[in-house]
Amino acid sequence: MMKGVQMAGRPLYLDMQATSPVDPRVLDAMLPYYMDQFGNPHSRTHMYGWESDEAVEKAREQIAKLIGANAKEIIFTSGATEANNIAIKGVMHFYKEKKKHVITTQTEHKCVLDSCRHLQQEGFEVTYLPVRKDGLVDMDELKAAIRPDTGIISIMTVNNEIGVIQPMAEIGELCRKNKIFLHTDAAQAAGKIPINVDDMKVDLMSLSAHKIYGPKGVGALYMRRRPRVRVEAQMSGGGQERGIRSGTVPTPLAVGMGAACEIAMEEMKHDEKYIRELTDRLYKGITSQLDGVIVNGSMEHRYAGNLNLSFAYVEGESLLMGLKEVAVSSGSACTSASLEPSYVLRALGVEEDMAHTSIRFGIGRFTTKEEIDRAIELTVDQVQKLREMSPLWEMVQEGIDLKSIQWAQH
Amino acid sequence: MVKICPKKLLDIMLAHIARGVTRASVLGQQATGGLIVSKRAYHEKVVDHYNNPRNVGSFDKNDPTVGTGLVGAPACGDVMKLQIKVDETSGQIVDACFKTFGCGSAIASSSVASDWIKGRPMDEAASIKNSDIARHLSLPPVKLHCSMLAEDAIKAAVKDYRQKKEKA
Repeated sequence: MMKGVQMAGRPLYLDMQATSPVDPRVLDAMLPYYMDQFGNPHSRTHMYGWESDEAVEKAREQIAKLIGANAKEIIFTSGATEANNIAIKGVMHFYKEKKKHVITTQTEHKCVLDSCRHLQQEGFEVTYLPVRKDGLVDMDELKAAIRPDTGIISIMTVNNEIGVIQPMAEIGELCRKNKIFLHTDAAQAAGKIPINVDDMKVDLMSLSAHKIYGPKGVGALYMRRRPRVRVEAQMSGGGQERGIRSGTVPTPLAVGMGAACEIAMEEMKHDEKYIRELTDRLYKGITSQLDGVIVNGSMEHRYAGNLNLSFAYVEGESLLMGLKEVAVSSGSACTSASLEPSYVLRALGVEEDMAHTSIRFGIGRFTTKEEIDRAIELTVDQVQKLREMSPLWEMVQEGIDLKSIQWAQH
Repeated sequence: MVKICPKKLLDIMLAHIARGVTRASVLGQQATGGLIVSKRAYHEKVVDHYNNPRNVGSFDKNDPTVGTGLVGAPACGDVMKLQIKVDETSGQIVDACFKTFGCGSAIASSSVASDWIKGRPMDEAASIKNSDIARHLSLPPVKLHCSMLAEDAIKAAVKDYRQKKEKA
């Protein structure tokens, strides 16, 4: 029994934005480098080093191909968090004489927001742009926020909580015109939607392996060479990865990431179609049996595998408790360490009581139709059961307008 | 040096995954190796109240023998409605029911509250402390506010009944 829960087998996994299972083909590619080809890729004097280095360079090429870049522009890191840190702090530190200002959005990943906060403590200025109700950046507001001393703009391509896709090409055009570096966190986007660093006009891009069926513990940072982006390294050491990220490159992990990127590139079209079918099935299955279900974020500009739903009058953590056979996550306060509801949903302008009711379903390459059908069944059951228990639902059924009530505040 | 063929290892791992999948797809049947015994049993009572809530329901709030307490706010993620049916002569609570919008601990706290107050005189019910509820459910510190809300709900229901009686 875990946490008072008894079940046979394991829950079905619908939390693909949190992480994804390693594709068996990726594991296949990685294993030799854990077994007998275990050399350090920086060992220059013997075959173990040479073959390891060859494997790393091949992986680099595979990653570059996925995003339309040159292999020389890819730096291996420990993940997207590290890549984001290098991009934001590294660029601003390097150009700190002339550039003092950073622009980002309120819906960025915590590592981006925290890096910006760190820069603020060092004396830089940061503008946290609000987003529209559908989660997209307002281009006029972005234009208005630009200053002559803006050094970098960081906007994620696909949001991890709500799945909305930002208009990167438009933003890139704006940045080029104003000669500002554009960084994007593409951890949730690469390998899932077509990405090209030249079409998007980005200068820096963060990638993560474990979001695209690769191993955990490795990611990459794309840094444009023409025109050149310079950064101050955040890790001191032997000068590996062109002096930008010291430390032995973990060959098996790098190989895994490369294989994952190659598979993603080849299967992107098929995956997209398959995942979209499943998401539509999930959405229709739930909304045909329940009302008061709202999708958080733009339906149009959205990655299909992310479905963030709010169920009115039902609280998120209690719903998760009932969905113990399904692994999903929620934007409700109770499930975060603090008692604050998700800052991303709040930035969308979602009312506080609705932010407490959200559930994020993450669908991926290995999700099956049976899992979706079971998830629909369980979700509908639990929501109905909780609505029977909910005083808010009762009041709404009686025709009371909840906004008119004076709640006894604590 | 022992050479382990990567392919064989992969086969073993894939077979292991396949076993787990087939086990999971036969839900409801006895599975031996799949259950993990955890030492953290504190959640049991909360889960029990969630799965089998006692006294979910509604009384007619216009009934003079009914007191209704509505506490909390949707913005905070916790709203509890606790109702009591009081015997007018003895002042004893003969029945209680509740409805809650909130997390599992909030539901459990209000369910426990509704159970405990049944059959007690109003003054005794109003003296139930949130710490008793929290201890009974082994609530972690971050969930203590749920038990406090339950205590408030009892007091609010009693207050409401008394106010109605005075007006009548």
